[in-house]
Amino acid sequence: MRAARLLLIVLIANGKQLPQNRRNFMRPEGLEIENLHLWRGERHVLRGLGVSVPRGGCLHVAGPNGAGKTTLLRAACGLLYPESGRLLWDGRDVHEDLPAFHSALIYIGHEAPLKADLSARENLHYWVGMRRRIGRGALEAALQRVGASAWSERPARTLSAGQRRRVALAALSLLLVPLWLLDEPTTNLDAAGQRLVGTLIEEHLARGGLVLAATHHELPLPRSRVQRLELTDG
Amino acid sequence: MDEAGNSALPSGAAPVVGGATVWADAASVLDAARLVLERDLQLAMRRRGQLVQPLAFFAIVTTLFPLAISPELARLREVAAGVLWVAALLASLLALEFLFRDDAYDGTLEQYALSGQPLTGLMFAKTAAHWLLTGVPLALMAPLAALSLGAPAGSLPGIVASVAVGTVALSLIGSIGAALTLGIRRSGVLLALLTLPLSLPVLIFGARASELAIRGESYLAPLELLAALAVLGITLAPLACAAAVRISLE
Repeated sequence: MRAARLLLIVLIANGKQLPQNRRNFMRPEGLEIENLHLWRGERHVLRGLGVSVPRGGCLHVAGPNGAGKTTLLRAACGLLYPESGRLLWDGRDVHEDLPAFHSALIYIGHEAPLKADLSARENLHYWVGMRRRIGRGALEAALQRVGASAWSERPARTLSAGQRRRVALAALSLLLVPLWLLDEPTTNLDAAGQRLVGTLIEEHLARGGLVLAATHHELPLPRSRVQRLELTDG
Repeated sequence: MDEAGNSALPSGAAPVVGGATVWADAASVLDAARLVLERDLQLAMRRRGQLVQPLAFFAIVTTLFPLAISPELARLREVAAGVLWVAALLASLLALEFLFRDDAYDGTLEQYALSGQPLTGLMFAKTAAHWLLTGVPLALMAPLAALSLGAPAGSLPGIVASVAVGTVALSLIGSIGAALTLGIRRSGVLLALLTLPLSLPVLIFGARASELAIRGESYLAPLELLAALAVLGITLAPLACAAAVRISLE
């Protein structure tokens, strides 16, 4: 703990990775992470991390394997409880009302959460339907948009990793919740698929959405649109 | 927020405004729970082998006893209730391992926890699916097993009722154990060690109800106690189960 505090002081002294404190009276809109410390077992993974992403902003969490990108994302969606630090969504601590925060976000991990025995369409029906009543038309349109129409009836176990990821993209485009947390969104996708990720993210930012994407690749977006957070190992 | 952005949204989609998104067509807890139940039933239909295993186990265990003890119906009848209930308990335990395993593995459980819907309700739906897939078939098979153990035909309604109600409680108790052992590899034995002691009341009242039914006496009192246990389980178990699932996701 002493080491952690020391590190924090160093960080403050450097003025790096600290939230731009908005001390105005308006509620800041967006996601703010303040002084996050998180341990995984014996490892101190996130050490005094702070970052602020406004509405319409995209944060690219970069860093080598094992630097804590996924951990940060899982902490940001409230699955992990940090040892100290705060997570604010539109100025409110998310742990005060987790269900409300969760209904404002979608998290997609390394693997699309698909049932191997269900088809792409059935998977989407259950996954998205739990949160929003969607009609058949909207579902078909989303499947078509990600190029899944041809294989939407096949069981997910016969789909390639890239195809599974496309199904996850369809869920993103159907849910349209404000906060997207994406772990390696471009992995396994072909060039057209990666462009699609870029387009979806840009559309989302344009309507005031917010994206946190963890990847060691470049995001398929203009650099000016992306805020970058570099995590270092250890 | 952005008029140009909104026009590009699919029909029926709410624009992204404010802290929480309020859909005109947001799914209610009941919608979500119904979908969880439907999904589990549909998955079970696609994977019937997994469904049949506990039933086959139940059938085999109950037919082993006449071979091991004695083929005399009078002697079998004395142990029938106990045999039936121990076999049903072990069979429902056998199916428990699958309750959350696949969901945890493929990330579905994470999506449940992040859906913004109360996890307690979703876990209740999952347990209900588990009961429909193991408890109900066991209750339907119990008469066959009971007859082979020498139970009179008049006792069958009581036996079916006690197994049907008792397995509700067993599924609920088991769901807590299954959720608690989620992070552990080869959790089978630990799951049994956790769940079996908690299942003792169900075993005692269930076996008693069946025994009274076989003797031709009124089995209402133990059956009501079983129902009370089931109601207690319905109110408390999904809460504990949801908490354990959240811990496993950390």
